[in-house]
Amino acid sequence: MRKLLFLLFLFCGCLLPANAQQKTITGTVTGAEDNQPIIGVTVLIKGTSTGVITDMDGKYQISVPQGATLVFRFVGRKSTEVPVGASNVYDVALEYDLVGVDEVVVVGYGTQIKSKVTGSISKVDGDVLRNIPVPTVEQALQGKTAGVFIESVNGKSTGTTNMRIRGSSSITATNQPLFVVDGIPLTTESLNFSGASINPLTSINFNDVESIDILKDAASSAIYGSRGANGVVIITTKKGISGATKINFTVQTGYNEASRRRKFMNSTEYVQYFKDAAYNSDLLEGYDPINNPSDYSGSWLEFANSRMNRYSGWAAVLDGDGTYTGSKVNTDWQNLAFQKGKIYSAEFSAQGGNDKLKYFTSLSYNNSEGILVSNGLQKISARLNIDNKVSKLLDIGFALSLNRTNIDQVSADNAFSTPMQLVALSPITPEYDQSGELSNIPVTTYYNPLVDVKYASRNILEYRTVANGYLSFNLLDGLKWRNEFGFDLYNLKENARYGKETDTGSATNGYGFANYGQTQNITTKSYFDYLKGLGDFSLSAVLGTEFQYTAVDNARAEGEQFPSDNLKTLESAGLITVGTSTLTQYSFLSYFSRVNFDYKAKYLFTLSGRTDGSSRFGTNNRYGFFPAASLGWVLSKEDFLVNNAILSFLKLRTSYGLTGNAGISNFGQLGLYGVTRYNGLGAIVPSQLENRGLGWESTRQIDFGIDWGFFKNRISGEVDYYMKKTNNLLLSVPVPETSGYSTQLRNVGSVQNKGFEFVINTNNFTGNFTWNTNLNFSYNKNEVTNLGDQTIIDDGSARYMNVVMVGQPIGEFYGAEYAGVDPQNGDALWYVNTKDANGKVTDHTTKTNDFNSANFVPLGNPTPKYLGAITNTFGYKGFELAFTFQGVFGNKVHLIGDQWMAANGVWFDNQLESQLASWKKVGDITDVPQARLGYDNGDQSRNSRYLSDGSYVKLRSFMISYEFPTKWISRARLDRMKVFIQGQNLLTFTKYKGWDPEVSTDFLNDNIHTGCDFYSAPQPRSVVFGITIGL
Amino acid sequence: MNKLFYIISVVVFCGILAGCGKQLDLKPSQSLDESDALSTDENVKSVLQGAYSEFALSGIYGGCLLRNAELLGGDGELQWVGTYIDPRQIYLKTMLTTNSEVEAQWEESYEVINSVNNILTALSVVNADDRDKVEGESLFLRGLMYFDLVRFFAQQYKFGTTNDQLGVPLVLTPTGVLSAANNVTRNTVDEVYAQVITDLQTAASKLPEDNGVYASSGAANALLARVYLQKGDYADARDAANTVISSGMYALQPTYAKVFNNDNNTSEDIFATQITPQDDFSAMTEFFSTEDYGGRDGDIIILDGHLNLYSAGDQRFDLFYNGNGSIECGKWNNQYGVVNLIRLAEMYLIRAECNIRLSTTVGASPLEDFNMIHTRAGLTAAASVTLDDILYERRLELAFEGFKIHDVRRLHEDVGSLTYNDPKLVFPIPAREINANPNLASEQNDGY
Repeated sequence: MRKLLFLLFLFCGCLLPANAQQKTITGTVTGAEDNQPIIGVTVLIKGTSTGVITDMDGKYQISVPQGATLVFRFVGRKSTEVPVGASNVYDVALEYDLVGVDEVVVVGYGTQIKSKVTGSISKVDGDVLRNIPVPTVEQALQGKTAGVFIESVNGKSTGTTNMRIRGSSSITATNQPLFVVDGIPLTTESLNFSGASINPLTSINFNDVESIDILKDAASSAIYGSRGANGVVIITTKKGISGATKINFTVQTGYNEASRRRKFMNSTEYVQYFKDAAYNSDLLEGYDPINNPSDYSGSWLEFANSRMNRYSGWAAVLDGDGTYTGSKVNTDWQNLAFQKGKIYSAEFSAQGGNDKLKYFTSLSYNNSEGILVSNGLQKISARLNIDNKVSKLLDIGFALSLNRTNIDQVSADNAFSTPMQLVALSPITPEYDQSGELSNIPVTTYYNPLVDVKYASRNILEYRTVANGYLSFNLLDGLKWRNEFGFDLYNLKENARYGKETDTGSATNGYGFANYGQTQNITTKSYFDYLKGLGDFSLSAVLGTEFQYTAVDNARAEGEQFPSDNLKTLESAGLITVGTSTLTQYSFLSYFSRVNFDYKAKYLFTLSGRTDGSSRFGTNNRYGFFPAASLGWVLSKEDFLVNNAILSFLKLRTSYGLTGNAGISNFGQLGLYGVTRYNGLGAIVPSQLENRGLGWESTRQIDFGIDWGFFKNRISGEVDYYMKKTNNLLLSVPVPETSGYSTQLRNVGSVQNKGFEFVINTNNFTGNFTWNTNLNFSYNKNEVTNLGDQTIIDDGSARYMNVVMVGQPIGEFYGAEYAGVDPQNGDALWYVNTKDANGKVTDHTTKTNDFNSANFVPLGNPTPKYLGAITNTFGYKGFELAFTFQGVFGNKVHLIGDQWMAANGVWFDNQLESQLASWKKVGDITDVPQARLGYDNGDQSRNSRYLSDGSYVKLRSFMISYEFPTKWISRARLDRMKVFIQGQNLLTFTKYKGWDPEVSTDFLNDNIHTGCDFYSAPQPRSVVFGITIGL
Repeated sequence: MNKLFYIISVVVFCGILAGCGKQLDLKPSQSLDESDALSTDENVKSVLQGAYSEFALSGIYGGCLLRNAELLGGDGELQWVGTYIDPRQIYLKTMLTTNSEVEAQWEESYEVINSVNNILTALSVVNADDRDKVEGESLFLRGLMYFDLVRFFAQQYKFGTTNDQLGVPLVLTPTGVLSAANNVTRNTVDEVYAQVITDLQTAASKLPEDNGVYASSGAANALLARVYLQKGDYADARDAANTVISSGMYALQPTYAKVFNNDNNTSEDIFATQITPQDDFSAMTEFFSTEDYGGRDGDIIILDGHLNLYSAGDQRFDLFYNGNGSIECGKWNNQYGVVNLIRLAEMYLIRAECNIRLSTTVGASPLEDFNMIHTRAGLTAAASVTLDDILYERRLELAFEGFKIHDVRRLHEDVGSLTYNDPKLVFPIPAREINANPNLASEQNDGY
């Protein structure tokens, strides 16, 4: 590590340009209205990114070349330019101005001035993402923009997230947006063999990000054609600047811990509860082993006592009649699943260059231990971006990023070996047996996951190289011909080794595998970019073509029969059981164009279109065309509004367009036979029904938006209304299994999303004490409007109840409606919900204790209806306090794990403390059914009893920082020094009964099965302390 | 200069536009297009091998189908103590229409049937020398699937009357392009049995006597004996069993313990599911055994109600062992061992039962056949034998090998308080299937 840093320093040293003749300028920046100094104003040398920031007294000092122009920028103020002349002192007074209207936003294949944008684009400045202690860029974006739903599926270090821009538009194809980094569409499919999918985007170092632009409506995303329907996230990395080299160094350290816990029974409660449960079952069968000792033999009570003995490690204290009376052991297994994980990160970056050559380079290291035992993530990233102006005619550039991510993995949520499943173990079981070994089956009720922690290792190493270069020719005035070549090479190396002590390895004298995967994604594009002003008119246009080829390779071997646990690689396996390799590939060939046209920057018009062909589409349906159009009208530039005292900015915009979703399987169109084997010989079996007409899903979206600002834009914001209709859904349509197939992929069905988005930014206080507020709020209504011949897609699972149903949102929970407990006998009851021929419930009062006769009804939805976040930023003399409350509302979560944790004692899993309130005698009013060992009594999973309100508000991020005054640190030859403490998920407000309502259990997580909690770890609560030094 | 670049750029650009179209024709590397799959001798045989791999799936003859027969017929002899809900429902006779074990049998059986139906349309490309064998094995597999489908999803066959109760849909042609014709309805039990017998008779006539671990004429005849016995057609059952025994291809193992937990077929195995470490593991081990042998936590325990059936000295009793504090069945302690499906001992028992019912001595006397099995278990030979003795012997000899519910049905026994024909002992048509095929909505089994 140290060596690397040293080398990098050397490397950067070579690039340092010779300083041109420089002089030092000083001055004070004040507010024009009150002459108060303004802290934190960016002072830049024009045409570069070289700059400094004003200190507590509004003072700055900067070294500039002769003839430079200084640019003063501050949020909410008009940018002001001052040419440097003979003087060495320049004091500047900044006036209020429109927020961000002259900001540049990145659009597909180009950039636009924000005030001229006619689509709906959310821009996030890279600075607000810096050093947030989360694994992935999506998590860093949580709550930052309106209409973008982001959740982490659980609290593991692997950082798997669901991201939905303006709702889910697909049932079978992907709902994740397209990620584009510096023009390269990123690979987002994971390649790991074992456990839940990891998130390949963890390898993106978001400290290098200059900005993220999220394209939400069709007008902005249609230029990405068949991959634009879920929106596009364009990540732009930092570029070099000319001028003195700016070096930034940040270190931070802190910890992660579980943000919430659940309460389970202690050993005394456990023993009594299960004895009662056993006795209740005996009484139910007509036996009374307590009052009739002859009934004891063969009774449930006898069985429970024998199990108590077993689970206590055969060390139970038995009283006279052989009854287990409890033990001193009271193991808190939940506590053993968690750890306080350390976080450490260091980041170094340098930016510099001259008029010809500019560079940005960075190196960062991050080590985050997870909140679960043995879980953790380490990242090393390096980047070098170079831009070179070769001549007037030619610009060339190159960006390279190298990333290494190391994950110490834990099993998926549904594996017995995952730490969270420790909670199922009995509290009467000691952690260690008398010989000092970890307790395990048969003493534990289930396999003890801590045995995996001790005797198994699961490691994933990802290497990712993203590189792209461009050659840009300035052909004529305003006409550029840009050629880009890029590749994204993603390698994954996964090794696991299970000792003979583990569940996985016990029957085979150890087990191990080595899995290698590689995704190579090559993109070439060539396009013309034209910009022309003609008096009051201005025109810009793009026309080009793009080709992308992606191949995914995989090779894996598995072995058994290891002579020693110390031998880790398959070389020492006595038996290689699997040796396999696979290859799959796809390609896209596209042509795209966009024309922007405006008159006096007042009337705006944009037209775009793309034609996409893909190997994924059926031979009868190979090319698709995706057009979009949009209009804008800047009213505040009209005579009747210009210089209006109250209204300072007003723009109306509307857009309409067509986008596609090609996130389907690579060979979904073909009738296929897949490979398998029997008796050691290769074999083939019918695996897929043919559909030569298979194509993309098409989404039509209309958007109406208003951008506004009041009081010189001290209050500004955006309002959007959109309606998105997706047709030709790619559906895995269930077919009669008597055909030999379960499903066929077809283009049928429609989904609709409509909603509102609001953004409000206010500058509440300015001057010495500053207070800014950013609020975003959105509402989305998702509805499945058509499923072809079907009205419901229900995989018939007894355990999960997410379905797709016409008239309901995707993933609606569909099951029996719990009606509480019969006070007479403790039976769980359900509403029969008798339905008429149209499926309408006609009777909502009759109850039944027979789960089979309860009709299933829609019970709620896992996707929030409302999203919101509010960020407040306070500043005073170098101190800054910023915090974001983020929340989701109107969703439900299915506590699937509760069918074992709150399961009427049907089996010996430790039960939640809440189950102590179970029905005990006639007349008891409770909603917890009578405990009955071995009998289902309300523990059927597809049951509204296990649904819980998933709304929450979290203190998502919190940061307090102090920027040292320049005069204090300049003696140490430092440009800046900042210390900070920041936290993630410090507070959670929710009525949710489980660990964390932000959940979609990792092994099940797909478009339909969201909002499921299955022994899923809660989100980490992180606190870190850090320091940033600028040179 | 600028103009030159302009011209070059347009030329290059147009070149790019033209060049990439054919890059869109990519072919899969792990799969075969269906038009290729049935085009050569080699490929058709690979599809047959594939049909066996589907037959060996965990939900059916990888073990769960045998386990389900024991759980469904189980009362007082075994207990389901595992955490999986779906097998528990089978054990408690409270199956929901969403039961995944039930659906697995339906789905996986019809996958085998579709593979076989594909092979049967492509026999002409098979080398003439192997054609009969390929056809026979295919028909054997189809007969086996339909036999167990009709046994689990329909009411018991009643011998000597019309069996027009609903069986399962008979699909005898491969699935091509889906149409309304694929929304099939259930055939009667009579029709299904007739198809099973036709398939197996044809298979028996076309298959070689020795066919390695694959279906042989002996396997087809042995399965026929089982089918006839289930119907109550004792004469045909006896004759088919006699054909197998007298073929001389099979021999009892010297001891009972040697019959089980073998990596390969023994001389006693007429047909067995092959499990290798490369494929999967035996589902019987998974549920009947403990983690020491690759099983779960001894999910099925054996109760005194069964253990007390053995008399002293019966070596079959010795196979039971204490695992994790409960008694486990020791027949399934090799996770990569073969799953015994049809073995010679069953043929002796069928011949004995049928001979005694019909007062005949075809092949051997009932006493001789009975003693073959009885003495192999380490017991002294009996001097005389009754039908009850033979049925009792069968209950011990074939315990926990997937016979229970089927014997309950044909012998009209009870399972707890349920009579042999109680609707709760019949699997429901899976809810998922009824959703996908509305024609089945009116044909759900009673009680669901």
